[in-house]
Amino acid sequence: MDQSQTTLPRRFKVVGQRKRRPDGIDKVTGRARFGADMTMPGMLWGLVLRSPHAHARIRSIDSSKAEALPGVKAVVTGADFNGERNDVSINCMAGDKALYDGHAVAAVAATSRQAARQALKLIEVDYEVLPHVTDVDAAMKPGAPVIREDLITAGVEPVPTKPSNVAARHEIGKGDVEKGFAEADLIVEQSFRTEATHQGYIEPHACVASVSPDGSAELWVCTQGHFMVRNVCAALLGLDSAQLRVTASEIGGGFGGKTTVFVEPVALALSRKANRPVKIQMTRSEVFRATGPTASSSIDCKIGLTKDGRITAAQAELRYQGGAFKGAGADFGAMAIFTPYDIENVKAVAWDVVTNRPKLAAYRAPGAPMAAFAAESTLDEAARRLGMDPLELRLKNAAREGTKAAYGPTFPRIGLASCLEAIGNSAHYRTPLGPNQGRGLACGFWFNFGGETCTTINVNKDGTVGLSVGTPDIGGSRASMCAMAAEELGIPYEKVRTVIADTASLGYNDVTDGSRVTFSSGLCTIQAARQAIQRLCQRAALMWGIDAEAVVWEDGHAKPAGPNAGKFEPLSLAEIAAASANTGGPIAGHHEVNAEGAGVSFGVHLCDLEVDRETGSVRVVRYTAAQDAGKAVNPDYVEGQMQGGSAQGIGWALNEGYVYGDDGRLQNAGFLDYRIPVASDLPMIDALIVEEPNPGHPYGVRGVGETSIVPPLAAVGNALRDALGVRLTETPMAPPRVLAALAAAAE
Amino acid sequence: MSGKRLVRMTVNGSPVEEAVEPRLLLSDFLRQVLGLTGTHVGCEHGVCGACTVRVDGSTARACLMFAVQAEGCRIVTVEGLGPAEALSPLQEAFREHHGLQCGFCTPGMLMTALDLIEKYPLASDAEIREGLSGNLCRCTGYEHIVAAVRAAAQRRREPSS
Repeated sequence: MDQSQTTLPRRFKVVGQRKRRPDGIDKVTGRARFGADMTMPGMLWGLVLRSPHAHARIRSIDSSKAEALPGVKAVVTGADFNGERNDVSINCMAGDKALYDGHAVAAVAATSRQAARQALKLIEVDYEVLPHVTDVDAAMKPGAPVIREDLITAGVEPVPTKPSNVAARHEIGKGDVEKGFAEADLIVEQSFRTEATHQGYIEPHACVASVSPDGSAELWVCTQGHFMVRNVCAALLGLDSAQLRVTASEIGGGFGGKTTVFVEPVALALSRKANRPVKIQMTRSEVFRATGPTASSSIDCKIGLTKDGRITAAQAELRYQGGAFKGAGADFGAMAIFTPYDIENVKAVAWDVVTNRPKLAAYRAPGAPMAAFAAESTLDEAARRLGMDPLELRLKNAAREGTKAAYGPTFPRIGLASCLEAIGNSAHYRTPLGPNQGRGLACGFWFNFGGETCTTINVNKDGTVGLSVGTPDIGGSRASMCAMAAEELGIPYEKVRTVIADTASLGYNDVTDGSRVTFSSGLCTIQAARQAIQRLCQRAALMWGIDAEAVVWEDGHAKPAGPNAGKFEPLSLAEIAAASANTGGPIAGHHEVNAEGAGVSFGVHLCDLEVDRETGSVRVVRYTAAQDAGKAVNPDYVEGQMQGGSAQGIGWALNEGYVYGDDGRLQNAGFLDYRIPVASDLPMIDALIVEEPNPGHPYGVRGVGETSIVPPLAAVGNALRDALGVRLTETPMAPPRVLAALAAAAE
Repeated sequence: MSGKRLVRMTVNGSPVEEAVEPRLLLSDFLRQVLGLTGTHVGCEHGVCGACTVRVDGSTARACLMFAVQAEGCRIVTVEGLGPAEALSPLQEAFREHHGLQCGFCTPGMLMTALDLIEKYPLASDAEIREGLSGNLCRCTGYEHIVAAVRAAAQRRREPSS
């Protein structure tokens, strides 16, 4: 697709308005049906047996006693996964080794949850406990327990002969960093660590599977991508994609954590064996122990600058662990780390490491928040040493249209400088701080994805419009799809109903991730509407008996144009639809695309916080987030994404983190001990929407879902530095670390 | 397995009588026996607040109560919040002010917020935040939820506005 979809600035009628959400009534009355809300006739309850060991060889599994228990209808183990036995399959059900505390080793289906619970206790697993490692730096050391005997480091020369925990090395760069550092008047070098955090969606994973003896199957599931679920489950279990029909339920939060499968293939395997529908709903403890948290990281960062604040070189080494499987996302971190700035000499080396922890899943801008924590903290330190305003330093180096990023692309129109200016012009930026308070600023970048997408518009005979999209609505996309369809068709917002079509009703759609839906499904919706308009015009031409080329579409009406202008009364969408039986039958529009031109996203956050020096307690007292939305389709939803991501980032910065014991077990697998921010922890989060149109979208839309979690770690860290006079370099920056830092500074 | 026990209560104004396992949680009773799936279960240990219901006029975590403990009680769930044909003012405010994103925490938020605005109709924003702090929301950052509760409280004080 060309990079110039956006035409002249247009006056929108629906897009940009704060329209009421179409799913509002269902969600305030309890009618909305989430993953756990489905039941089927004859349904069994499935439960999963999980390893209590961080690392253990599974010598044998004896399920005979469990199978003999009344009410138990099926037991499955890894042996029942008869399709591809890849990493996802092994993560869903262990093979010959349990790779982390919580790793699934068997599952049962029984007529009641009570019977299933009893059956789990009767399954005898003979474990040979092995040495484990859960820390990224420890896992890289020579002599560390090797977790995957077949893992040979990719991306290094010569190719290693022995397996290790290092899955891959990646390098991103441009220019010559040695030369750049030689030109610098000041070099700042620091190291940072971030602990793994969990997406923390309030709805645990849940699904109901029903496999018929003829091989056809139904799956109801809360997921960010039901087409992905279909393809992956079919591959893991040797089913035909066409036979497996997956329906996406309402989803109670995902943030990236529901972009893969965990219990879905297990429920299908149990149902296939029991010949009855099976429901599995995870407990909160299972969610923490066995679904994807983020990577934890260890990063060294070095930035060189001239006296007047120009960055001459930037270098980083990023080490991420993403659990017991390769793919920790350090490469995303390396690509993102210095991207907000126009720097001639950049080098970022990323190490992808495995440990005895659950396999990571995406979490909102995966890999980027920790990288930004390192880069933006280092830059803050540089501004202090240069005596420069941190905003001025960033504006001076900000990436702009034409800047070539170290990871490859040359940017078209982007909004970083506009976001910096919005923050600079805010009342917040000029408000003096109180005692024991500090202020921190940080920038953030996220790529934004496009991807495979298709949508169908059906024009109904009563003049309403049904829009089918294939991307589950996790952030309000049904509202934005309704708005874009209504905008293009020229009909009221309320006349459009958007549904998430099941996998049997629409072509393949990539997962709802990468902030891609408002962009990609929106683009598809606009194009499908344009096709429907073309057909509506053809039908109007037939009704008038003139050439279709002589009809134009304006304000929801077909109008005769050219030589016929004014000869006929305009026909509304409803009038054309009502007569469709006489003009060729149903009227629809469809579009499919592998969308490109998503338009990168930048944001800038400003954080004020207050420290209690006696207890180490930190309170965020004011927070402002500016972000480029390209064009905000529904400002309520855009603000919601900015505020929600900020809140998650503040939690990551101050409170959240996985705690592993020496035994390799997760010690805080519940919301009591893994504390996410509550309402009283947070101030008002002021959202400043910046609109620099994305040239890759007809309305200029950019994805807005993820960037908001990128700056907060550093914004909070920089504010803490300002308040304390000492810098914290490890998250969570919880009271014990604050007190330790103060004590160290006092010595 | 021990024998079932008869439990009687009023749920959303209607009398209910069922024989249940003594260990059945009130949350599971509401969801699985009565089919009232609006009461959501997010953590099963009383922290997230998604399963908040009213028991004899006070908020309670349905995941921390056995169904048999509700013997003789008046239970109100999110399904019983509004009149059959319309939304309650609080529900309307959540819808109007975008007080939700995914909507999973919403039923519990509504039950807690109702208690809050009934008891403290003049609550400040800080007090609203304090009052909602037993309910977790991961999507919103709470901003729009606070706005919705503020609007509902105001509407309660000045019904004509």
